Amino acid sequence: MIVETGHFALVLALVVAGLTMVVPLMGAMRGDARLMAVANPGALAQFALLALAFAALTAAYVGSDFSVQNVYENSHTDQPLIYRFSGVWGNHEGSILLWVLILTLFGACVALFGRNIPEALRAVTLSVQSSISAAFLLFILFTSNPFSRLFPSPAEGRSLNPVLQDPGLAVHPPLLYVGYVGFSIVFSFAAAALILGRIDAGWARIVRPWILTAWVGLTAGIALGSYWAYYELGWGGYWFWDPVENSSLMPWLSGTALLHSAIVMERRDALKIWTILLAILTFSLSLLGTFLVRSGVLTSVHAFASDPARGVFILLILCMFIGGALALFAARGPQMAGGALFSPISREGSLVLNNLFLSAACAAVLIGTLYPLALEALTGDKISVGPPFFNATFLPLCLPVVLAMPFGQQLAWKRGDLLSIASRLFIAVLVGGLTALAVAATTHGTDVVAIIGLGLGVFVVVGSLDDLRVRAFRSGAANALSRFAGLPRTVIAAAIAHMGVGLMVIGISATAFHEERIAAMAPGDKVQLDGLDIVFGGARRVVGPNFAATVANFAVFDGGAKVAELHPGKRTYVGRTMPTSETARLTRGLGQIYLAIGDSHGDKVDVRAYWKPWVLLIWIGPLVMSLAGLLSLTDRRLRIAPPRRVRKAAILEAAE
Amino acid sequence: MTRKQRRLTLIGAAGLVLAVAVGLILTALNDRIVFFRSPAEVAELKLQPGTRFRLGGLVENASVSKSEGQKVTFRVTDGAKSITVNHTGILPDLFREGQGVVCEGTLQPDGSFTADTVLAKHDEKYMPREVSDALKKQGHWQGDQPGQGGQPK
Repeated sequence: MIVETGHFALVLALVVAGLTMVVPLMGAMRGDARLMAVANPGALAQFALLALAFAALTAAYVGSDFSVQNVYENSHTDQPLIYRFSGVWGNHEGSILLWVLILTLFGACVALFGRNIPEALRAVTLSVQSSISAAFLLFILFTSNPFSRLFPSPAEGRSLNPVLQDPGLAVHPPLLYVGYVGFSIVFSFAAAALILGRIDAGWARIVRPWILTAWVGLTAGIALGSYWAYYELGWGGYWFWDPVENSSLMPWLSGTALLHSAIVMERRDALKIWTILLAILTFSLSLLGTFLVRSGVLTSVHAFASDPARGVFILLILCMFIGGALALFAARGPQMAGGALFSPISREGSLVLNNLFLSAACAAVLIGTLYPLALEALTGDKISVGPPFFNATFLPLCLPVVLAMPFGQQLAWKRGDLLSIASRLFIAVLVGGLTALAVAATTHGTDVVAIIGLGLGVFVVVGSLDDLRVRAFRSGAANALSRFAGLPRTVIAAAIAHMGVGLMVIGISATAFHEERIAAMAPGDKVQLDGLDIVFGGARRVVGPNFAATVANFAVFDGGAKVAELHPGKRTYVGRTMPTSETARLTRGLGQIYLAIGDSHGDKVDVRAYWKPWVLLIWIGPLVMSLAGLLSLTDRRLRIAPPRRVRKAAILEAAE
Repeated sequence: MTRKQRRLTLIGAAGLVLAVAVGLILTALNDRIVFFRSPAEVAELKLQPGTRFRLGGLVENASVSKSEGQKVTFRVTDGAKSITVNHTGILPDLFREGQGVVCEGTLQPDGSFTADTVLAKHDEKYMPREVSDALKKQGHWQGDQPGQGGQPK
């Protein structure tokens, strides 16, 4: 009964979405406030119905109702509660349902917190947003119904894919979707602005918090996914340039560009057409990612069982929305007056530079991701575009962005003075340069790219924070503290976010100095890493709630003293034949000792042991960036109804 | 600067970045990509030793032998031809005889293949699509006219 209620809620949501798509738009065209007033309750009702459907599916999962095909295929009574719960989105149907749930959540948030948005803009935005949810609800109901029943009902389910049974992966998809799908509302705002033919600085001010919210979610979601891959897949890698990872990186890159160009639009009423285009492209890349992941044109750990009908359906949605929005853009864009022009050496100029390079980097990732598909379709040749391609294209294009970051932060609007900033950044350049020299001396200059990267990272960290120092000490040391406290939060947030980028660059560059030992070890054997002795103590069999495992015991000695025990293992889950790795990690400072075991033969076990200095910075960096984004959301200068803005940021924080 | 000069600076910068990006991408597409080959294609195309590619197929039954250290040798087959693969390191969790595998590495003068990475499929339901396609192609090739249907491209 609950399951049928969920199904019915979806159908009802489709009807409501259809109405909310048409009526407010008509109202805005005719200037009829009563018709436009349908938008808010329509958006709220869609969210309520989707929440009901999602709750129904969750109830079926938690209660192990195997008469529902989706539950049967992806759950098992032996699974711990958290994985029976996260199993809801650990499969195609459920994850699309979550997708639409978050889509309607953003619509509902605009309805709830957007009272200061001009009525027509809000109505048309919600109408566009509803058209997206209508399209995806059709997709769910026709090709991916999570509520299909099985008869007779099986006694036991087939269990969730073991690699997905992990706390990190329980949180990763919802967080990622806040970002991925969050850009839908930005897209809707852009389409609405084009429909209404009004694009100005006020639009940017309204939209910026939404861009920021989506960006925070996407940043954190990607970082979490990367950390999961690092500890779960057992190879110690954190980014594989897998097409599915690229599908999340592309919206991030163009979303980051959008975040910056919207600042120019808000402050200087310039780059308007470009910002609108970026808003459309960012969500288009999200849709493209959804298509790549869901259609089965790619093979990846993220791709669930695929069905050609789904691919065609999503492709249709993709063409409709991207094509429609770009057509609208082509028709209306030229009528929008171009904004002010400005000097190349200025804050605006540096933000344009940021946009140019980020877009180019995004294009490089796009080509690297799609080229193999195109080549195979055209010639039948199968190729793999992997790290070598992206290292040769993506990294050089990102380098100028990172290098210019501390400069851009300090440049004045309208007309900046590069020389005086260069002299102010002297300390940062010095510290960065000395770091690079010190690393080069201690490692005998083996890896030039890594040395440059480390120097660059340190330069960015120091340079970003230096901006705050300069601003605080502008009128002498006496009132520096009060000046610092008086700085707008957006300024502090920008410095912190840029520092996060620097930290990440340091972490990534330091991967060049990782140490690796691969050995077949018998009990009593030891390997040496980072001056520590890691002694193998033997392996034993362990039985968990829904798996059987081999767990190895390692003791870590520093000199003569034992500092830790590590227990990497391999698990075989009930109903599955293939084992999964459980790595063990020992954090030392910002680095980690990382152990994974392979097959055992006799009393010997294949062991992979790594020492990864500074590795945690790879994820601390993005985490710092996300937190900075949240801080920026609390800024008073997002000044539409300031008191309410603060509350809203708090609620968004809680929702994430 | 005049309005016109500023506009030109902007367009010039955009054009420059675009040119750099296009240049980087084209160069990288020329020499930074790796082709996927099945054992039959390797024989057919008479690939030169030292060629770097991804070799995909099934791990031949009873072909895996591990020697001292972390050295492992196995044969990859697509039903028609098979190639000996040498690898040093730990094999992935899901590496099994009779299962799909993708190895990246270089062809040796003796016709064997030295793999620096070995990827197995992610779970038991899923086979690397390159591998299943290669197998399908081989099945078709054997069933039809030998030596013609299997032509790649």
